Amino acid sequence: MKLETKYLGMDLINPVIPSAGPLSREIDNIKKMEDSEAAAVVLYSLFEEQIEHESLELHHYTSHHADSHAEATNYFPEMEDYVTGPEEYLEHIKKAKDAVDIPIIASLNGKSLGGWTEYAKKIEQAGADALELNIYKIAADINQSGSDVENMYVDIVKEVTNNVKIPVAVKLSPYFSSMSWMANKIVEAGASGLVLFNRFYQPDIDLEKLEVVPDVVLSNPEMIRLRLRWIAILHDNIKADLAATGGVYSEEDILKLIMAGAQVTQMLAALLKHGIEHIKTVLTKLIYWGEEHEYESLDQMRGSICYKNVSDPSQFERANYMNVLNSYK
Amino acid sequence: MERKKVTIDGNEAAAYTAYHINEVIAIYPITPSSNMGEWSDAWSAKREKNIWNDIPTVTEMQSEGGASGAVHGALQTGALTTTFTSSQGLLLMIPNMFKIAGELTSAVFNVAARSIAAQALSIFGDHSDVMTARSTGFAMLSSNSVQEIMDFALIAQAATLEARIPFVHFFDGFRSSHEVKKIEQLTLDDMRAMIDDDLVLAHRGRALSPDNPFIRGTSQNPDVYFQARESVNPYYLKCPDIVQKQMDKFAKIVGRQYHLFDYVGAPDADRVIIIMGSGAEAAEETVDYLTSQQEKVGLLKVRLYRPFSIEHFINALPKTVKTLSVLDRTKEPGASGEPMYLDIVNAISERFMDGTLPFTYPKIIGGRYGLSSKEFTPAMIKGIYAEMKKETPKNHFTIGIVDDVTNTSLDYDPEFSIESSETFRGKFYGLGADGTVGANKNSIKIIGEGTDYYAQGYFVYDSKKSGSTTISHLRFGPKEIKSTYLINKANFIACHQQVFLETFDMLEDAVEGATFLLNTHLSKEKVWDSLPKKVQEDLIEKKMNLYIIDAYKVAHATGMGARINTIMQTCFFAISNIFEKDKAIEMIKDSIKKTYGAKGEKIVEMNFAAVDQTLDNLFKVEVPKEVTSKKEMKPPVSEKAPEFVRKVTAKMIAGKGDTLPVSQLPVDGTYVSGTTQWEKRNIGLEVPVWDMDICIQCNKCVVVCPHATIRAKVYEEDQLKDAPKDFKYTKFKAKDYGENLLYSLQVAVEDCTGCGICVDVCPAKNKSETRLKAINMEEQMPLREKERENWDFFLSIPELDRTKVNLTRVKDSQFLEPLFEFSSACLGCGETPYIKLVSQLFGDRTIVANATGCSSIYGGNLPTTPWSVNKEGRGPAWNNSLFEDNAEFGLGFRLAIDKHQEHAKTLLTTLSNEIGDDLISNILNNQQKDEADIYEQRGYVDALNNKLNELLKDSSKDRTADIKQLLSLANYLVKKSVWIMGGDGWAYDIGYGGLDHVIASGKNVNILVLDTEVYSNTGGQMSKATPRAAVAKFASAGKPVAKKDLGMMAISYGSVYVAKVALGANDTQTVRAFLEAEAYDGPSLIIAYSHCIAHGINMGLAMHNQKAAVDSGYWQLYRYNPDLEKKGKNPFKLESKGLKIPLKDYAYMETRYKMLTKSHPERAKRLMKEAQRDVEEKWNIYEQLNSFEPLKIEEEEKKQENE
Repeated sequence: MKLETKYLGMDLINPVIPSAGPLSREIDNIKKMEDSEAAAVVLYSLFEEQIEHESLELHHYTSHHADSHAEATNYFPEMEDYVTGPEEYLEHIKKAKDAVDIPIIASLNGKSLGGWTEYAKKIEQAGADALELNIYKIAADINQSGSDVENMYVDIVKEVTNNVKIPVAVKLSPYFSSMSWMANKIVEAGASGLVLFNRFYQPDIDLEKLEVVPDVVLSNPEMIRLRLRWIAILHDNIKADLAATGGVYSEEDILKLIMAGAQVTQMLAALLKHGIEHIKTVLTKLIYWGEEHEYESLDQMRGSICYKNVSDPSQFERANYMNVLNSYK
Repeated sequence: MERKKVTIDGNEAAAYTAYHINEVIAIYPITPSSNMGEWSDAWSAKREKNIWNDIPTVTEMQSEGGASGAVHGALQTGALTTTFTSSQGLLLMIPNMFKIAGELTSAVFNVAARSIAAQALSIFGDHSDVMTARSTGFAMLSSNSVQEIMDFALIAQAATLEARIPFVHFFDGFRSSHEVKKIEQLTLDDMRAMIDDDLVLAHRGRALSPDNPFIRGTSQNPDVYFQARESVNPYYLKCPDIVQKQMDKFAKIVGRQYHLFDYVGAPDADRVIIIMGSGAEAAEETVDYLTSQQEKVGLLKVRLYRPFSIEHFINALPKTVKTLSVLDRTKEPGASGEPMYLDIVNAISERFMDGTLPFTYPKIIGGRYGLSSKEFTPAMIKGIYAEMKKETPKNHFTIGIVDDVTNTSLDYDPEFSIESSETFRGKFYGLGADGTVGANKNSIKIIGEGTDYYAQGYFVYDSKKSGSTTISHLRFGPKEIKSTYLINKANFIACHQQVFLETFDMLEDAVEGATFLLNTHLSKEKVWDSLPKKVQEDLIEKKMNLYIIDAYKVAHATGMGARINTIMQTCFFAISNIFEKDKAIEMIKDSIKKTYGAKGEKIVEMNFAAVDQTLDNLFKVEVPKEVTSKKEMKPPVSEKAPEFVRKVTAKMIAGKGDTLPVSQLPVDGTYVSGTTQWEKRNIGLEVPVWDMDICIQCNKCVVVCPHATIRAKVYEEDQLKDAPKDFKYTKFKAKDYGENLLYSLQVAVEDCTGCGICVDVCPAKNKSETRLKAINMEEQMPLREKERENWDFFLSIPELDRTKVNLTRVKDSQFLEPLFEFSSACLGCGETPYIKLVSQLFGDRTIVANATGCSSIYGGNLPTTPWSVNKEGRGPAWNNSLFEDNAEFGLGFRLAIDKHQEHAKTLLTTLSNEIGDDLISNILNNQQKDEADIYEQRGYVDALNNKLNELLKDSSKDRTADIKQLLSLANYLVKKSVWIMGGDGWAYDIGYGGLDHVIASGKNVNILVLDTEVYSNTGGQMSKATPRAAVAKFASAGKPVAKKDLGMMAISYGSVYVAKVALGANDTQTVRAFLEAEAYDGPSLIIAYSHCIAHGINMGLAMHNQKAAVDSGYWQLYRYNPDLEKKGKNPFKLESKGLKIPLKDYAYMETRYKMLTKSHPERAKRLMKEAQRDVEEKWNIYEQLNSFEPLKIEEEEKKQENE
């Protein structure tokens, strides 16, 4: 079975891409990903907010007590230069490009409109093959309407896509009143692909300390259900490639998502749990399944069970909820 | 040739030249010379090259003794080598200086001259140190100004290479080393032209080399030592001419002509002052003025002090001279005169004797001035010239002080001023942490480098480490500035903190028509009424202009936080009209880009925004014609303070210490304890407030409080009868001290610095609103009055009976009264909680030897001391000897105490018939193992003293001498606790040899190492305690080697009690370690993790850093108690569960580690990996020790006996 896949205009050898995460911080891991036949790599995210925070923090602590006591004009050596901007990340893109032949997709989480475009341009200049915008907005402000939030997303996508030539995918959360409408708006704003879905870090509460604690829980295979639904709904409805991320563990997950209409699937938790080599294992099983079931290519199955191509599209909709409930009886 | 103009300070000027004409630099940090080494290190790290296209090697040593040894070695091996030092540092170099000079080795030591510790340490400037080095054989060249420092560093180098005599090139500490001034920068070509490479090769040719072997440094005997010593005479005889030759050569290349002695003034002067150092600048300014008034006065500036050329000296004087006044910036008690005075007397007298004196033998008087950077002003200089007019002028006079004891001081008119009306004179009052000094340094640079003006900046700091005040003195104008003294006639005064108006009479120095800029949160309509009466009076009487800005509002709006530097700087430029507005803004922004560019675009943007918003918030306020305020200036201390504090200390607190006459100061440096309590500094904007309903009475807030401002007491209900109505209390939860007791937690809000560390460690949360704890920070101002009353009442409640307190429980230990309170240590200081703990547990019988460093500054820097006294009049006795000898100093305490005790015991036996056996037996048999025993012993000793006093009355007994002896020694029969304290710079580096010897002595001393892992006091230089991968000065690329394991080294003796503690990780282990260490009858060493501002952390949350350091396994908690081994137990007990988190999770909480990831990302990764491996390897060893089965000594011995 042929695994070749097109994503964001790039020709990929298969549909499996490690998603943005800590593994890609090491060039050796990126090499391992290529050796394990990953089709491309999404690098860890560059956070504008973090860059700003680190820069302010460095400035604060290296200058806070300066010139306040006769015996010490300052408390740290003056450095000629600091890498306080995105330089480290940009350098990482370059190193990754030099180290492997597979496409490198950078990931960006901006804070200001200016920041999004400025960093996107720098990422493009550093040689990234594509850019994934990781727009991460918790709408906690009761004075901010849904449309304000939506417009913010659209503005960012417009600004970035107007300023770079490399293809841009947008990683979204599912928390929109009208997911389909929103997805389409983002595509109209210039996105070449949608990555479904972002998972916001969910806080937990420590009952002994009475404190909110950040807790990172890895995705689990059940999570692909949400992705399946929206990929199936959006496939062929919008003019953009769809990537699934969150809960992709096995060849079965990949098959389901591709049948629902995904161009590619992104993996992270599975690789953290089973190692980067897991990609190869999954691909082997994928080919085996395809050949056993006499598929010629992935393209043949892509979207075969999408909203448009199933006999009862309502199964992907809310109406289906009642059926699910009834099925328990 | 047009040379670049730079606006720099004297240290940078010296370092700039020295760096470019040397190959090896070995240094050790000491104020005020530290910056010279730091500049050199920074340039070397940037790979900046010297004139031979080579990068000098800069090495930080473990002491100045070490640095001079390394310099000596490098010189002997042919490298051009220099060092930078001051004060005690120079003294430690003296042995090597004799060697270097004796071997005729070319070298220049650049010295920022500083006072030597005598009755007290002083970091400030005078010539006591260089005068002590006179006999070493070094030539001595004195610079008077920042320009001369840059020039003379080069002339000295050129001269030493030719003369082969090493040079001390010195200039006044602080006044010159820290004065920022616009000067002409020498080029590297100037240096190449001055340095003769043939002489460099000759220097190298004299090097030790196995390819050309010889020996140097022999031992000589009576037969030849003397002659050999005289063999160098020709070199010294030639040296002055060589220096003059090099000065002439310099004049040809650069254009500035210097002479060995430079005379200025009337050609026919009858009165001439002879001086060297920065005072010569002020003197020249005064002479210029006085000669313009037709006074026949002159000034002789001494450049080359050693070798002293009588010929050049005599030739430089006008032949009309009748009176010479020789000014020495040093004191040599007991001498017939100060050193330069004696040189001059001798020079004149020699020439008189041989009949070659070209003028009549003049009157020669000597005077002392400017010790420890005491002001030296035109008014004083005029006073000296006036004295010289007298028929019998006072000899051996002092100037600038009032000596009402031996009446040495000269009178002068302090109002005399010759400040030029063309020179702008601004004074800026700021807080240490608000960036005022930095902004002013920057302003001087902008003016100096952006205009043709001359520019000068000088900065005065108080000695506090928290809430410190800074005063910047800025002068600029079209005339050359030689005013090497503070501004007291200002035409611009800026107050960056409104609260200062109540403390400092800052408008006292304003001239008529001056401008006053005030940072205030009040509007222009409301500000007038908020000003103290005196301020309003000055504003009206002096017809001043008043401007206001709410700088904190602008800072907040632009993300600047508490840094108002850029905002106040913009105001200054906007008001002072030095530049046209747009040009000023452009220049400030250019400077911002240069200063902050490397730290990120966001910082630059933030500062730009601050500049832009400032002008919209700067307002001129019309000064009303009437005084409306009744607000008086705040008295420096309470009326309840003891007389000495009211009369003497209060003046120092108010900044009027200069007016104190000699008679008011103790003759031997002895001061009363417990004086911080009178200096209510009110620096905490927010203070903790207790919620008694939430509190679980754990006292964790009390144990961590760095300033002893939060305290707990347990007491009987009847104590409340006079309580103020707002005084808070609750039922004491425990029953340990009886039923129905009350518990209060009280904050000294006027002494609290507002660090918030107490709130952070509080474990009790409000169940309905979890953001609240049992203590919460609230604004101080509304609480001040009522909490002052509450605090006074709280102090009146009796302390808990020490004999009943279970000291091993942290919460109980914190009911003990701290005898170390309200220090000036930094907000959230990591050291002081340990010191406070010592004072609580053993303070009433403790004697402290304190190494120089942070702890000696916040512990012993005048005006006040935190070392305190309990109601019985007992408390810690404290002294600071030196930096390098602290362990030995403390051992001396022990030896004396033991001797006194031994002598007292002997006398008990001698007087047994008189005293009675029962009392003697009680005294001698009391083991004094706990507080109850000690209480009992004090009772016995009181009885003994009573008995002895009775015996004294009975003259029939012929034992008077013995009785008196015993009376003076009896108190030593109560156990005394010797504590030797200091930082890691002392314990790991400069004092390590002594520390090692003392722990090997077996004597009962307790050593507390406050380990901040850098030299904190001098600004974060690397020590051997600095961990791998952390950045520090002299380790700007991250320290490549691991921290020394001091604890393990001490453990290797087997006879030393050793504990490693971190209060923030385990307070119980900490308290137990202190108790065991003190109880151990032998040497004890406690290594205490002390977080520090030099780590670049949030000091209010620093206990988390301590915990993380322990959780990572980097900082292991353990106790090693040799007494356990005697009981057949493992003496080593590992008490932390390390390796719970990776090292980087701890390290990257701190800027010292994190900044390396920004400056050297790849190296940071590698070093962190290695540091992680260090942690794991060390942990492995410690675990093995922990599981070690001790030898059964007795069984072993029996076995051997059987064999």
